[in-house]
Parts: sequence; structure tokens; C-alpha cells
Amino acid sequence: MAVDTLEQAESSTLSLDVEAVRRDFPILSRTVHGKPIVYLDNAATSQTPIPVIDTIRRYYLEENSNVHRGVHFLSQVATEKYEAARRRIATFLNSPVGCEVIFTRGTTDGINLVAQTYGRQHVGAGDEVLVSHLEHHSNIVPWQMLCEEKGARLRVIPINDRGEIIMESLDGLLTGKTKILALAHVSNALGTVNPVKEIIARAHERDIPVLLDGAQSAPHMPIDLKDLGADFFACSGHKMYGPTGIGILHGRAKVLNAMPPYQGGGDMIMSVSFEKTTFNSLPYKFEAGTPNIEGVIALGAAVDYLEHLGMDNIAAHERDLVAYATEALREVKGLTIIGTAKAKAGVISFVMESAHPHDIGQILDDEGVAIRVGHHCAQPVMARFGIPATARASFAAYNTRDEIDALVRALHKVNEVFG
Amino acid sequence: MADSRSLYEQVILDHNKKPRNFGKIENADAEIEGFNPLCGDHFTIYVKMEGDRIREVAFDGAGCAISKSSASIMTTTLKGKTIEEAKKIFEAFHQMVTSAPDAEFDADALGKLQVFSGVREYPVRIKCATLAWHALVAALEGQTEEPVTTE
Ligand SMILES: Cc1ncc(COP(=O)(O)O)c(C=O)c1O
Repeated sequence: MAVDTLEQAESSTLSLDVEAVRRDFPILSRTVHGKPIVYLDNAATSQTPIPVIDTIRRYYLEENSNVHRGVHFLSQVATEKYEAARRRIATFLNSPVGCEVIFTRGTTDGINLVAQTYGRQHVGAGDEVLVSHLEHHSNIVPWQMLCEEKGARLRVIPINDRGEIIMESLDGLLTGKTKILALAHVSNALGTVNPVKEIIARAHERDIPVLLDGAQSAPHMPIDLKDLGADFFACSGHKMYGPTGIGILHGRAKVLNAMPPYQGGGDMIMSVSFEKTTFNSLPYKFEAGTPNIEGVIALGAAVDYLEHLGMDNIAAHERDLVAYATEALREVKGLTIIGTAKAKAGVISFVMESAHPHDIGQILDDEGVAIRVGHHCAQPVMARFGIPATARASFAAYNTRDEIDALVRALHKVNEVFG
Repeated sequence: MADSRSLYEQVILDHNKKPRNFGKIENADAEIEGFNPLCGDHFTIYVKMEGDRIREVAFDGAGCAISKSSASIMTTTLKGKTIEEAKKIFEAFHQMVTSAPDAEFDADALGKLQVFSGVREYPVRIKCATLAWHALVAALEGQTEEPVTTE
């Protein structure tokens, strides 16, 4: 089996009181089509706990103001909360000394920032940008656009039939021409956890910087950027119990300082005249315009919430769910799991003989079970497995084994309708 | 309350399982691909004409139950129809699936195609229901160079 045995997994989940966690997420007690909702689309967007909702509410009731600009009371409160969130997030990621947290709109925005600044500065004609076959479109397209513009070449680390990176291929792909490696920490389509520490070390042996797409890792496992040594790390608030429209880009100050700004405007400048503009220091240089203040402060609360649950506890609980679901899905006739990596986070992709993923999703919705169907913004992964789409169940701290049983019952219905 | 039993009529499930006119027509007069990148539905439609009349129409490829059964019922409906008649039926069909759930539709013109009226409750499935039709109409209009996509 791809994960710990059930007994082992079970004993490790005792520290998460899932019923208490569920009470923190009011949306989980609503019904859909008259059935209790079973929300298994967390890899797309996670739900929001009361402390985060309350933080947003309080912000607008008591704190709303622009940041970094006012001498008045509210502006100082908003600025202090905004910067406190930045410090908490740095701690959450175990950000090493000399690094910066920059607020973005999300993972996509963070990757585009790096491609458009660091990328345009360092990638030239004949150079190479390296990605893996597991990437989300948002970690392919920005690099493709850059390569197109510069006459550079996008190269791809292959994966095996289990959906794991073929490590032996790395030596041939990390070359003198490689200017950056952009890699998913965890695959959103298959759940594969990549051995990123080793890959980063191998890239660094050749002085190749690495951008980690942490969209699917930051919400589900402890992130230790000091240990990993990634040059850039990007993630999204809305997948980590925070709001939409806010994300994090983490990078080394030395590198960020040498990069040109991404967008021009207010906040990112020190002084402006018509002759010359001096850019602001980090992190403000990359935060042009009034930021998503509410989003940043709420993301700080989301990170507090994640830490309150404990990232190790969350990881253990989700491991249990993946192990349990992997077993339970065996019962469903004609179902094949796509992505059977040894190291797998809380994502299970599958196809069924009787029904197309679109039809699976439709029948499940009748039963109140929310999953994602389609290509998951990872068409190259689908192509690698020779399928147009999959159905995907993805887990969070508030999901239960009972919900997986509900998923399995709904999948039996799919076979009844289409079998 | 939505219940996809209203979407998956028995006729639809039957055509999904046993699609009619499924396969390639050799020496087709027109051959065109229809592609829905969002869900990966991918069909090829083949047409053989006799003057301005559709003598044979068939399809192959893969997709969800709605797109596949729609392609299948389309072929059984349009066999023997003139281009003008086919376009009229498509218009009525398109109008039905894109209308409000309680809107009236031309039952006489639609015949068996009425089984797709449930699609009106599921706007994301409209593209599934119309994919093969868009491809066929493009083929009838002689636009067979580029695959037809729903995006
Ligand atoms: C692995 C991965 N990378 C990037 C993204 C893009 O994140 P966002 O849409 O929040 O920018 C996602 C989200 O779907 C993802 O799963």
C-alpha cells in the first residue's frame, strides 16, 4: 500500500479532535440538495474557520484603513496587523534569516512575479527552464511565455507510471543551461509528494535556483524553508483556510533585491520624480498599490489556526484519510486510482469504467458529495496517463472516515446509474 | 431541488451505453473533430451527403454521457434530413438547452431530442449536449479545417 498501514495511521490521529475542528467550520453543517454536505474539494479551495471569518469581520468593523500611509490611529492599527501577519507567516514557514515574505494574489501571481522579474533578468536565448511533468498549468504557462519571449527552452522532468518524478533523469536535465527549476512540492492532480529537499540539493550543486510551488503543501504538512533551502516558495491563502485573492511568495532578500520590480505604483517606491524613481526596500518593492489588507490579516489568522491544529496532526490525519480511502475505494467496481506514489498527500484521483468523470461528479453532487472533475489544470498529467480527465477527492483536517464512506456509497450509485 | 435523474433520462443512459452510428464512415464527404478542452470530450463526426441531403452520419471518440448520447441521438435524428432541416433542428435544440428551466420549447420539431430538456437545470452541461452538433453544423457549412472547440 502507498501509505502507512491503517493501524499506524489511526494511532497517530488521536491528537486531532475532528468533531471540534468541524464545529469551527459552520459551512460544513449546511445541506446540499437536502443532504449533509461532504466537502472533498479541498485541493481547489478549503473552507474557512470561524476565527478567520471573525478576523475579517473585525477588520471591517474596527480596523479598516490604508496601510503604510497614515499617521492616524486606524492606519497604524491596520499597518501593525498587516505586518504582524507577515511575521507570523514567516515563522509558520520557518523562514531563514535574510529572507522575505511578499504578499501576492496567490500561487499563480507569485510564480508570474518570479518569471517576469528574475526570469526575464536571467533567462536568455538558448537557456533552459526546467519544470516537471506534474505541474499545475500555473507553473508551466508563465515559464512557457518567458521561454517564448527569450528564445529559451522549457524542459520537463519525466514521471513514472505511479506519478513519481524519475530521479535518474535529473542529472541529464540540470545542466549549465538551466537557469531555474520550477517544481511542485505536492501534485494537485495526483497527490504525489516530491522529494524536494533532495532535488533542491541536486540543483544547488549546479548553482541552479529552485522555485517551489507550495500551493498543495503549505496547507497539509509542516513547511520548513530553512531546511528545504528553496530559493522561492509560492502558496495560496484560499487553500489554507484563508480567503481568496491572497498568497505568499517567499524569497531570499539578496536575490529579491537584485530583481527588477514586478509592477510599478504606490507603496513600491521610495521617491518619485519625473526624472527618476527610487524603489522601496523589500518587501514593499514587490507590493505595488494598496494591498489586500483584509486578506493578509485574515491569512495571518488562518496560519494561526493551522498552527493551533498542528501541522503534524493535520498531516497525520490526512494520511489516515488517504489510507482509509485507498482501501475503501477498492470496493467500488471498475474504479482505478490514478497516481499511486509511495509518498502521497491528501489527494486521490480516479477514473471509473462505467462513467466519465463529469458524470461521476454529477451523481455525487446529488448525494451532497463535492469533488472536482476534469483535468485539474494539469493537462500534461492527464496526457501522461492517457486519460482526458479524472475525478478527484481531496481532504482537509475536517474530513472524516464517515465522509469517505459517503463517497463510496455515492460511487456505488454511479455504478447503478451507468453500469 | 436538483436531482440528476432529470438529467440522465433512460434514453440518454441507453444511448450512452449503446451509441448508435458509432464508428468511422469510410470516404466520408466531411469529417470534423469536436473538442471540449474543459472536460476532454473529443469526438469526430463523419457525414456522407447525397445532394443536399445527409445520407449517412456517424461519430466516434469519447466523452461524458451527455455528450456521447447527444452525438448518438443527433445521428439518428439527422439521417435523411436536408442541410436546411438539420440546421432548423439544431436551432430548436440549441434554443431548448439554453433556455430557462421552465421555458416552453418546440416539442414537435424536437421529437426524441426533448430528453435533453433536463440540461437546462445544469448550465455547465450545455456544452456537453451541443458539442457534436456544433461540429456537425461546421461540417455542413464546409468548415472542416480546424477542430471545433467549445472554448
Ligand atoms: C499545485 C498548484 N499550483 C498552483 C495553483 C494555483 O493556485 P492559485 O489559483 O491559487 O493561484 C494550484 C491551485 O489550483 C495548485 O494546486
